[in-house]
Amino acid sequence: MTDPEVVDPVAAEDITTPAARLASYIRGGGVVVPLLTALIAFFIAGLVVLVTGHNPLTTYNAIFNGTGLNWLFPWTSGADRTAAALNLQQTLIATTPLILVGLAVAFAFRAGLFNIGGQGQYTVGAIVAVYFGSKFGGMPHVLHIVLVLVLACIGGAIWAGIAGLLKATTGANEVISTIMLNWIAIWTGVWLFGLGGPLQNPDTPSVPISSDVTQSAKLPVFWGNPQLQGLHIGLFISLATVVAFWFLLNRSTTGYEVRAVGFNPEAARYSGMSVARNYVRVMAYCGVFAGLAGGLDILGWQFRIATNDVLTSDIGFLGIAVALLGRNTASGTVAAALLFGALKSGTSQRNLDPSIFDPSLATNLTLIIQGLIVLIVSTDVIALRLLRHARGLRRGRAAPPPAPEEAPT
Amino acid sequence: MWQRRAGWAGLALAAVAAFIAVPPALVRSAAPSIVLAGLAVALGAFAATRERKLGIGAIVLAILAIVGSVAATKSGESNLRDVFTWSALIASMLRFATPLLFAALGGIMSERSGVVNIGLEGMMLMGAFFGIYGSDLLGTWVGGLAVALVAGGLLALVHAVFSISLRADQIVSGTAVNFLALGITGYIFIADYGDTGTPDNISRVPDVHIAFLGDNSFLGDAVGHANLMTWLALLLVPFLTFVLFRTRRGLRLRAVGEKPRAADTVGINVFRTRYVAVTLSGMLAALGGAYLSVGFVGSFSQNMTEGRGFIALAAVIFGKWKPAGALVATLLFGFSSALANRLPTFSASTAVLFQALPYILTLIAVAGVIGRSRAPASDGIPYVKE
Repeated sequence: MTDPEVVDPVAAEDITTPAARLASYIRGGGVVVPLLTALIAFFIAGLVVLVTGHNPLTTYNAIFNGTGLNWLFPWTSGADRTAAALNLQQTLIATTPLILVGLAVAFAFRAGLFNIGGQGQYTVGAIVAVYFGSKFGGMPHVLHIVLVLVLACIGGAIWAGIAGLLKATTGANEVISTIMLNWIAIWTGVWLFGLGGPLQNPDTPSVPISSDVTQSAKLPVFWGNPQLQGLHIGLFISLATVVAFWFLLNRSTTGYEVRAVGFNPEAARYSGMSVARNYVRVMAYCGVFAGLAGGLDILGWQFRIATNDVLTSDIGFLGIAVALLGRNTASGTVAAALLFGALKSGTSQRNLDPSIFDPSLATNLTLIIQGLIVLIVSTDVIALRLLRHARGLRRGRAAPPPAPEEAPT
Repeated sequence: MWQRRAGWAGLALAAVAAFIAVPPALVRSAAPSIVLAGLAVALGAFAATRERKLGIGAIVLAILAIVGSVAATKSGESNLRDVFTWSALIASMLRFATPLLFAALGGIMSERSGVVNIGLEGMMLMGAFFGIYGSDLLGTWVGGLAVALVAGGLLALVHAVFSISLRADQIVSGTAVNFLALGITGYIFIADYGDTGTPDNISRVPDVHIAFLGDNSFLGDAVGHANLMTWLALLLVPFLTFVLFRTRRGLRLRAVGEKPRAADTVGINVFRTRYVAVTLSGMLAALGGAYLSVGFVGSFSQNMTEGRGFIALAAVIFGKWKPAGALVATLLFGFSSALANRLPTFSASTAVLFQALPYILTLIAVAGVIGRSRAPASDGIPYVKE
């Protein structure tokens, strides 16, 4: 990570697209700013809990125990440890797709694009996965899984590629087109698996749900009981994708072009890169990440989609929060996904102790925390100012502001 | 010139071709529709030699008319009469369009001043919840609307502070506002109403009964019982058109959205103008949300706006950032939802596809196929005073 002060917000004004400017702000603050951001959000949400007549400390403690992260403490033992293991499996199951949808948003950010379409790409990936996962029952295990996941990636890539293609050919704003594609994907899902829909489970004509994924396509569970929704190997696929993301972005020609276009499209065009082709390529990669997330959720623990799942899922939207808090970097995305995954499972009906705090209240508290985090990240001015103020006091404001790295052309 | 006339004639013929296949005309053979639509295709092809978009539009509509009329003649007569009861369809269209129209008008205010408002969805949700909350607390729907206005305005103010003063990315700030609204409304809803839900005896915004239209006449069924808020939304369209395009304030607002630097130079307060516009935008969106709860169903459920804010955003773009355009767009989207609502009588699954129609149309519109829609020049760009 570069020195936080190198990216000066004033110099960043010269970068042309808003998303690029945002991305450069966000890379500038190191680890401290995201941590501070999360702390501020948790603090304000704690005030909400306090004002509504609950004890924020016991509430947060109950949520923490709900996440199962106390499993990591060696002094957790006996029944607590068993419960913590179950909860931690849930947290990591939730984290797995969040990492990937976070990457889907982060990759676009690095190219100066804003991918709000994670939800749609995730949905398309899930639809493709449930279709091919419920077919070809006799296939060898590994082959079937690989086939389904590859097809889910392609599905997501095509869906996101539409937005990239529209931007490249007609200049259509990708924010608007990805939002529209989200809802088209969602309603397509409702249509496919709804009553009388073409992919509705033929055995249950009165239930709007898809067919089940066959045994041969289910991901193996490596921790916990498969009957109790143990942790599936999708987590490792997800983490491997993070490594691939890092190499793609930082060590490949594609990544270099992506970052160059994101930093300054005019300069990139001048140096001979095809900005239009790059838009399509970047969006397609984003779709691969988000589509894979949908595929892993289906093969890992959902095994089927009900129309209600399609309508209420918010994983893709959360990807925006994950990418922003993770500063669009590989490691940051993993950390942010773990935070949001933990929040999601820690406040769920299944994991939170209802005698301490009502889980249906807590899920809304999670939404408030997410909103606050995104809001604070959206400017970074608050956290950066606090940070600069602290640094300025320490250095006695002696050092002159460093010159921007690149002179604006 | 001839090409242009031919294009419009083609569009009209295609519309007629579709219309005669459904009640009241209800021609039980696809042949007349196909002949008319065929003519429309020919006219469209001729028009396309000069007026490309118009011609293609006519051809596409004609093909849709053929598909539609063949489908109509294949389905039962009584089913068709059930779905295409025009007076009921119009009434239903207005019900679906009202919340969208309020929010879309709000979106226009904000975007015309240069602030992208992705947060319309959240502001609608605030209106939906606090409308019920206020109505329950104060015992009257007037109080409900007042509380909804304040709540929507406050959430919009958060968006304004972050996107105008703190120069945050407006898309991110809008996304945050949506999360916040979901959390805030859900939290208070669960904390105050819990499992029982909102009470049944909420004071609702009354319907306006226009007696002289008659109770069983076509107009009486279509608009004779429309809600007060529907009329308010419809009246806001000419009012806001006038304000935006015929008054000094409107000119200033648009100037700030197009060239804030120039506006600033001639002494217009860019920041204040944007603050006012964004706050008004949140209030209008909140009215749209309040229509859903205190206006229509009389109760609240978590996330009850279900993406309507995004349809409203689509209507802003589809209507090219003009109130009248937004009206046309929301009526079209409302009609699509009304059809989706009535079609299940003979096919539940195709009905769902009509829910996706607004988004598909908007996607086509932003791609510039049917006339390019262009945002205000400085939409989405924070202003930095020098």
